[in-house]
Amino acid sequence: MVREVLTDDEGLATGVSYINKDDRQEYELKAKVVVLAASACSSARILLNSKSKQHPGGLGNSSGVVGKYLHDSTGASRSAFIPALMDRKLYNEDGTGGMHIYFPWWLDNKKLDFPRGYHMEAWGGLGMPSYGFGFDPNELNVHIGKKVGGYGDQLRKDVKSFYGSTVGISGRGECIAREENYCEIDPHVVDEFGIPVLRFNYTWTDHEMLQGKHMHDTFEEILTAMGGVLLGTKPGKEDDYGLAAPGRIIHEVGTTRMGNDKKRSVVNANQQLHDAKNVFIVDGGPFVSQADKNPTWTILALSWRTCDYIIDQLKKQDI
Amino acid sequence: MKRRETIKSMLVGGIAGPLFIAGCQPEHADVKIKGKESTPGPYGRTDKEKEHDAKVYASKFLTEHELATIAVLCDLILPATATAGSATDAGVPEFMDFIVKDITSHQLPIRGGLMWLDHRSGRLFDTNFISCNMQQQKQILDEIAYPDDVAPELAQGAEFFSRMRNLVLTGYYTTRMGIDDLGYQGNVANVWDGVPEDVLAKHGMSYEKEWLAKCVDQSKRDVLAQWDEEGRLVE
Ligand SMILES: Cc1cc2nc3c(=O)[nH]c(=O)nc-3n(C[C@H](O)[C@H](O)[C@H](O)COP(=O)(O)OP(=O)(O)OC[C@H]3O[C@@H](n4cnc5c(N)ncnc54)[C@H](O)[C@@H]3O)c2cc1C
Repeated sequence: MVREVLTDDEGLATGVSYINKDDRQEYELKAKVVVLAASACSSARILLNSKSKQHPGGLGNSSGVVGKYLHDSTGASRSAFIPALMDRKLYNEDGTGGMHIYFPWWLDNKKLDFPRGYHMEAWGGLGMPSYGFGFDPNELNVHIGKKVGGYGDQLRKDVKSFYGSTVGISGRGECIAREENYCEIDPHVVDEFGIPVLRFNYTWTDHEMLQGKHMHDTFEEILTAMGGVLLGTKPGKEDDYGLAAPGRIIHEVGTTRMGNDKKRSVVNANQQLHDAKNVFIVDGGPFVSQADKNPTWTILALSWRTCDYIIDQLKKQDI
Repeated sequence: MKRRETIKSMLVGGIAGPLFIAGCQPEHADVKIKGKESTPGPYGRTDKEKEHDAKVYASKFLTEHELATIAVLCDLILPATATAGSATDAGVPEFMDFIVKDITSHQLPIRGGLMWLDHRSGRLFDTNFISCNMQQQKQILDEIAYPDDVAPELAQGAEFFSRMRNLVLTGYYTTRMGIDDLGYQGNVANVWDGVPEDVLAKHGMSYEKEWLAKCVDQSKRDVLAQWDEEGRLVE
C-alpha cells in the first residue's frame, strides 16, 4: 500500500514509501521512474499525500488542479416486462446482458436542451440465477390478471414462466468535467494504515439532469414500442430524473488532467507530471473528458502509449 | 426488502444487470449452499475473506426447532415434482442456516417470523407449526401467502412469509437441481451462438447475412490467433 512518492531536492521522484500489509511496517522503494496506476482517485490521493518542500501542495500540484475535474458517467435505467417473452424457449443467452449490447449516441445537440450525449446498454435474458433470483417470484402476475404470491407447484410454474421476460435499458452519459467537482484530502480521517483518505465534493448540473430526463423519455419510448409493461415509476425533477448518485457508475476519471499548460493541468500529453518528469500517471486521472463511453480501453491505450514513451526517454537518458 | 422495491433496487449500480429478479445484495452472488467447509473456487479468496468464511461456517444461529420448521416450510413452498426434487432435497435448509449468518439482517425477521408462525398455529390448532398436519399448515399459509389479500392483523406474518419464500427460491434455484429445473443453459465457456433461428422467426426476425459473415465460425471458435515476433496478426 503506497503512502507517498518520495522526492529529492530537485523535486524529482526517488521512489515510494509503502506499507507492507502483512507486517504493517513502512518501507521505501527506490526507483528511477515512478508510474502511478492506482486508479483516478487513488493516484490523486497519493500525489496529494506526497508533500515536500519542493511540492508543498502535494506532488504535481503546483497548478492546484490535482483532485479537480473529477467526473463519473451519468447513469439511469428503466426496465419493462415483455409479456411476449413469457414461457420462452430456453437457450444459452449469457451473451446478451453483461457484454453491453450497445446503442451509440447519434442525436444532434442543436435540437436538444443539453450538451454531449449518452449511449444505452440493453440487458435481460435467461441469466444464471444468483443470490436474489426468485425474489418476488410472481409479482408480475398483477400485469396479467393473476394472483400474486402463493406456494407449491403454481409458484414453481410462475418462476419458469416469467424467467427471461423482462428487459431493461441503462443510459451511460457524458458528464461535463468541472473544477467544482473534486476530491481532496480529508483533514480528519485516515485509513487503517494511518494514511489520510479522500473526501468528495460533487454535484450534477442541468447538463446532466436534462440528459437524465432525455434518457428516461427514450427508455419509455423504446420499451413501450416493444410491447413492454413499464416497471417502476418514471423519476421526475425531484429525483434528479433518476440519475444515480455521482460515483455509482464507477467510471471516475479526471483528477490529474492532461494539458499543455502546466498552470491548468497536471500531466502533459505523455501523462508525465509537469512538475516532476520522472513521474507518470496511467489511469483515468489524466482524462479531460470521457465522452459517454466506459473508460477502460482508453486507459489501456494511453498506458501503452506512455510505456512506449518511457522506454524511449530512458533510452535517450532524458529521465 | 419490501415487495416492489426489488425492481427498483436492481436498477442502481454501475453496470447493467443482466438478471431480472436479481436481489438486494448482488455482491453475495456466489453463495454456495452445500457443505460446512469454506468453498474457495478457483478464483481464490483473500485472507480476510477466508477468515470471514471460516467464522461464518463455525458460528451457529438457527436452533434445531427453527431449522425443523424451516424444513417443513421449504417443502410446502417447493414440494418435489415428477421431474425435480423438493427444496429440502436441494439442501435449502442448509442454505437458510448459512444465509442468516452471512447476511445478518435476515436473523431477526426470520427468528421472529418463525415464532409468529408457531403462535398463529397455537391459536388456530393448539400446537406448533411442525406438529400441525399438512392441511392445517396450508390453511395458515393461505392466510399469509397472498400479499394482496392478507387480513390487516396478519400483515406481519405475510411479511415473514414473503421473505422466507424469497430465500427458499433463491436457495433452490442456485443449486444444480434448481438450475436444471429452471432450464438455464448458459455458463458454457467460449460458446455463444446467438439467438436460435426458430426463436428469431417466431418474432419475425432474422440475422442479416452480412453481419453473420463477420461472426465467429462456430467450428473454429477454439482456434487461437497467431502473431509474429513483431506482434502482427498472422491469422
Ligand atoms: C463494478 C465495476 C464495473 C465496471 N465496468 C466497466 C466496464 O464494463 N467497462 C469499462 O470500460 N469500465 C468499467 N468499469 C471501470 C473500470 O473498471 C475502471 O475505470 C478501470 O478498472 C480503472 O483502471 P485503473 O487501472 O485506473 O485502476 P484499477 O483497475 O482500479 O487499478 C488500481 C490498482 O491500484 C491499487 N492501488 C490503489 N491505491 C494503491 C496504493 N496506495 N498502493 C498500492 N496499490 C494501490 C488497487 O488495489 C488496484 O489494484 C467498472 C468498474 C467497476 C468498479
